[in-house]
Amino acid sequence: MAKFIKENKGELPQMNTSSLPDIVFIILMFFMVCTSMRQNETKVRVTTPMATEIAKLDRKDLATYIYIGTPSQQYQKEYGTDSRIQLNDVICKDNTDLSPIRDFIAAEREKISEVDRPFMQVNIKADKDTRMGIITDVKQELRRCSALKIMYGARKGAQK
Amino acid sequence: MAKKKVPEINGSSMADIAFIALIFFLMVTTMDKEEGISRLLPPIPPEDQKMEDLKVNRRNIIQVKINSNDRLLAGSQPMDVSQLKDKIKEFMTNPYDDPNLPEKEVQDIPGLGPVPVSKGVISLQNDRGTTYQAYITVQNELIKAINELRDDFSMKTFGKKYSKLSDEQQEMVRKAVPQKISEAEPKDVRKK
Repeated sequence: MAKFIKENKGELPQMNTSSLPDIVFIILMFFMVCTSMRQNETKVRVTTPMATEIAKLDRKDLATYIYIGTPSQQYQKEYGTDSRIQLNDVICKDNTDLSPIRDFIAAEREKISEVDRPFMQVNIKADKDTRMGIITDVKQELRRCSALKIMYGARKGAQK
Repeated sequence: MAKKKVPEINGSSMADIAFIALIFFLMVTTMDKEEGISRLLPPIPPEDQKMEDLKVNRRNIIQVKINSNDRLLAGSQPMDVSQLKDKIKEFMTNPYDDPNLPEKEVQDIPGLGPVPVSKGVISLQNDRGTTYQAYITVQNELIKAINELRDDFSMKTFGKKYSKLSDEQQEMVRKAVPQKISEAEPKDVRKK
C-alpha cells in the first residue's frame, strides 16, 4: 500500500491529449460534408415564408439566386427602406428598371455548361412581407429572358 | 555513413492547425438547406402570334384571387385559406357530376387504360399589394390539394402513396391528375 501513496503526490495526472487532433479532424470533416460554401452576402433582409409542400433543390450548381427584401441596416441610408432586388452582391438602383436582371441571367447562363443550360433554375428568395408587385415584375422579366424554371424559397413549417 | 536517426515531428501543434481549419469552415460555409416551391413560368407568346382565345368552358375554371389585404376569393366566394384545399379538391374531382363543376374527359393513359380526367383549371390572380407570404400560402394550399388528390388516386390504383411509386407510375398519376394552375397576366394598375 505504501507504494501507491508514494507515487501519487497529491497532484492530478496530466490528461493525455494525443487524440485531440483526431477529434477535431472528425468535427472538421463533419462540417465539410454537411455545409456548402456561402454563395454571396445578402445585403437585404430576407425571411422566407413558411410552406408545407416544399421540395428540395436538386442541383445546387444550376441555381441562380435573386434576393428581394428591405435593405439591411447599413445600406438603408443609401437605398431606403423599400423592398429592393439584390443580384450577386449589388442592390439594384431602380426598382422600375429591371434591365440588370436580363444581364444577370445572361451572365449566369454563360457560367453553366451548355448541356445543363435548359435546366437552369432561378431561386427567388423574397422576404415574406414583400409586396407581390415587385415579385410579379421580376417574374415577368424572367419570362422575357426565358428563364422559366423558378423556385420560391420557403421554409418548412406550419403557417400561423 | 552512419545511420542518422530521423527526428520525430512534433505533433502537439496538430490540434491547433485542425482548429484553425475548423474555424475557417465554420465561417465560410452555410448550413441552410435550399428548399422551396418549384414552379414553371409560362413562356411569353411571340408577338406576331394571334391572341387566340382559348375557349375554356366557364365551368372548367375556378378563379382564385387574393386582394391587397390578403383576403381570398375562390370561385366568387370569399373564404379562409383553410377552406381553400377542400374547395379545390371538390372542384377537381366533381364527385356528384355537378353541371357547375368541371367536366371530365375519359383519356386513355398508357398502362392504366381509360381514366376520367378532370378538365378543371385553377386560375390564380393576385394584386400588386398582396404580401408574399399570403401568395405562398395560397400556392401551398393549391399544391397540397393536388398532392392529396394524387395520393388518393395512387392509393386506389396501386395501393401505395404517390411518393412511393416508381417513375413510370408517377408519370401515369401525373397524367390522370394534372396540375393545371394558370397564373393570370398581372394587371398593371400603376400610373405611368
